[in-house]
Amino acid sequence: MITMLMSVELILNSVNINFVSFNKYLYPDKLDGVFFAIFIITIAAAEAAVAIAIIINLYRSHHSIDVKDAEEMRF
Amino acid sequence: MSNYAYIVLMPLLPLASFFLLGLFGRKYFKTSAGAIGTTILLVSTVLSFYIAYQYYFVDGKAGGIYRQIVALKYTWLEFYPGISIDMNIILDPISIMMIVVVSFISLMVHVFSLGYMRGEERFSTYYCFLSLFTFSMLGLVLSGNILQIYIFWELVGVSSYLLIGYYFEKPRAVAASKKAFIVTRLADLGFLIGILILAFHAETLDFATLIQRLTTSSPQLVSITTASFLGISFLTWGLTLVFIGGAGKSAMFPLHIWLPDAMEGPTPVSALIHAATMVVAGVYLIARLFPIFAISGHAALNVVRYVGAFSAFLAAIIACTQTDIKRVLAYSTMSQIGYMMFALGVAGFGNEEGLGYTASMFHLFTHAFFKSLLFLCAGAVIHMVHSNEMDDMGGLRKFMPVTHISFLIACLAISGIPPLSGFFSKEEILLAAFNSDMAVYIIGLLTSGLTAFYMFRLYFSVFWNKDTIPRNGNEGTLTMKVPLIILSVATVLAGFVPFSTLVTSDGNPLKSHISILFSIAPVGLAILGILLAAVLYKSANERPAKIASALGGLYHAAYSKFYIDEIYLFITRKIIFNLIGRPAAWIDRNIIDGFMNFLAAITAKIAERVRGLQSGKIQYYTLYFFAGIVGLAVIFIYMRK
Amino acid sequence: MSASAIFFYILSICILGGGLLAVTSKKIFRSAIWLLFSLIGIAGLYFWMQMEFIAAVQIIVYVGGIVVLIIFSIFLTQQSGKQMAKPSAGRIVFSLLAVCIGFALTYSLLRPYVFPTSSMAPVDMSVRNIGNQMLSTTEHGYVVPLEVVSVLLLAAMIGCIVIAMKIKTRTNE
Repeated sequence: MITMLMSVELILNSVNINFVSFNKYLYPDKLDGVFFAIFIITIAAAEAAVAIAIIINLYRSHHSIDVKDAEEMRF
Repeated sequence: MSNYAYIVLMPLLPLASFFLLGLFGRKYFKTSAGAIGTTILLVSTVLSFYIAYQYYFVDGKAGGIYRQIVALKYTWLEFYPGISIDMNIILDPISIMMIVVVSFISLMVHVFSLGYMRGEERFSTYYCFLSLFTFSMLGLVLSGNILQIYIFWELVGVSSYLLIGYYFEKPRAVAASKKAFIVTRLADLGFLIGILILAFHAETLDFATLIQRLTTSSPQLVSITTASFLGISFLTWGLTLVFIGGAGKSAMFPLHIWLPDAMEGPTPVSALIHAATMVVAGVYLIARLFPIFAISGHAALNVVRYVGAFSAFLAAIIACTQTDIKRVLAYSTMSQIGYMMFALGVAGFGNEEGLGYTASMFHLFTHAFFKSLLFLCAGAVIHMVHSNEMDDMGGLRKFMPVTHISFLIACLAISGIPPLSGFFSKEEILLAAFNSDMAVYIIGLLTSGLTAFYMFRLYFSVFWNKDTIPRNGNEGTLTMKVPLIILSVATVLAGFVPFSTLVTSDGNPLKSHISILFSIAPVGLAILGILLAAVLYKSANERPAKIASALGGLYHAAYSKFYIDEIYLFITRKIIFNLIGRPAAWIDRNIIDGFMNFLAAITAKIAERVRGLQSGKIQYYTLYFFAGIVGLAVIFIYMRK
Repeated sequence: MSASAIFFYILSICILGGGLLAVTSKKIFRSAIWLLFSLIGIAGLYFWMQMEFIAAVQIIVYVGGIVVLIIFSIFLTQQSGKQMAKPSAGRIVFSLLAVCIGFALTYSLLRPYVFPTSSMAPVDMSVRNIGNQMLSTTEHGYVVPLEVVSVLLLAAMIGCIVIAMKIKTRTNE
């Protein structure tokens, strides 16, 4: 599950690179891309914190962080 | 012409009593149900007498002929102009006579049952069913429309089923009620097909129109007589099928098997239903359609005649051997109804030829009185002796004087001894037969001799034989004796009613005459029968047993009712159940149910597959998520162009 | 090929390689470290693009905050030494399929697009300008998102504490 979290961080980073590079090369007179990137970083941090909290909580009851062991929401 | 619309009250009063006692009887009217039922019926009976007086003596006639009055007509379902199911009430000589008979006998039975059925657990249900029956029978005789009569026909069958199976804890009673219902229902299938044939060709369901179209030359008559099936015209098919329906209800051979078994019901029920009223419904139906039979449907009328004569003779033979008092009376009923049927069968339409019709209706009228009297006396005897078998009875004349005299009067009446009512009606029947068909006359004559013999065999065995056995038990309460007395008086006096001036085949009054010369043969035979019975049965002796063993096989066959029941059982079990019932059940269970189960199984399998989508595994969810996004992206980016 | 292009390719290899190794590595601690390298590469990219502020924020928040948090969680769940299970064949197929589809989608979108270069004067990317614009209420002002994000951070903080709280069991211990 922690690997999933890391993958999500990578996705968000890729978006960040996108915003920043568009800002620099296509619209150098504005700062919007930078701000977007700042906000995305902020929110990603908050979300990672919440995700870690959930993972720790799940670990307490399942004693495993493998996603295969958290299948109670089955039909 | 006065307005007769109030006649609708007559059947509706017993219907109200049915609902009242049926819904509330168990709780509120446990002991008073009898009084309530009887009082309501008393009002109905008084009303019927009043209407009869109005019709016959005040203003039923128009131009000297009794005509049919439509008292009430209500169009219920109109299929297209021409054929519609109406609910109408018609009054004509036979329907008025029948309502008098039905309500009067029903009243007598109600009063008798107050004493006979006292202390019964389901007292109120009994009166409830009796009211239902009275309502149905009154509706049947007042029907003006062939489908309405079918509706009430079925209702009467239901009431009979309920009443025969009244003691439903006894398996024999349950079996008997099932048998009665199934046999009459099968006959009613024929009836329904007959109705449909007649209605289709005559393009109407109403009796008056039906008769008018199928008796005078009209396009409908032409169409029904020219269209034919297997070489027999549809008119004959229709009328014969209708007769089959009537034969089922009236216990004619070979649909008579239910009547002896129906004696499992309480005895007053047998008096009402299986002696006086329901079993004559078939005769009434033929009488209703009589103009068609007599004028256009001679082949069907022949069927009626021979079936009636044969049934009368067969029943008389079987009755000579039976030992259960109620079964003797049941076969006697079958025999007398056979008389009524063949009397209709030998009649023609119009003045002198219509004697058979008048005689049949007259016999219906008088038979109701003395047969119900016989059954009620039998009920009193059974009440005292607590058994149905003749072997347990004997020498009862000292203990039950009222019953004894009533029974004697009724036996004399049924044997046709003057001046009791049975003599007059039987004479007219035999006269009508003599005038048209000698073979039927001979059969009728022989049967009347046999009738006297077996009735007096019954009388002597119950009241005279075995004089020395002591008895304890009482004759019955006052409510049981009063109907017996009233019915005895009616039996004596009914013969003097000028019936032929009131009820005839075409409404014209008929002058009836009794010729002494003609009456010698039947009365003589009857007296011979009585003497023979006295010799054999008045005191205990060995002669009956010797005669029975001398007759050997014939006696055994007659005692076993000529094995007709066994033949029916064989046909239903071996042929119908095995050849038709079992394969049909197999198809139903395996093919039809199997197909449904197959559909359900497919649905269940598909559902299981679909259910697997919600597996609880997060990765699959993200996969679906991603797939959804990709799909949406593709749609928005590429499809927009 | 100029030196900046070479730097760009080195940084890209660092980023992409680190990311790939992060998701495919069997040992969870190793994948955390590969993530670390990938993020540092991204910060280097920002430096290369002369966006120093973003690069600094990236290093402070991502590298110094999030990766450390992930490493803490790995320690807390005591999984650091174990090998993770190899994913099943179906999973590998599906993931490769997803990668291909995603790549095809983005490539097909980007390929026909002509990126117009702007001829406007570049704005100064100093911290002072960023700060001014963030707090201004006029056009191009970002004060409202700033307030919203601060509320979100508060909510996330409280949520984390509540979720990760150990509920006292009601036994006589």
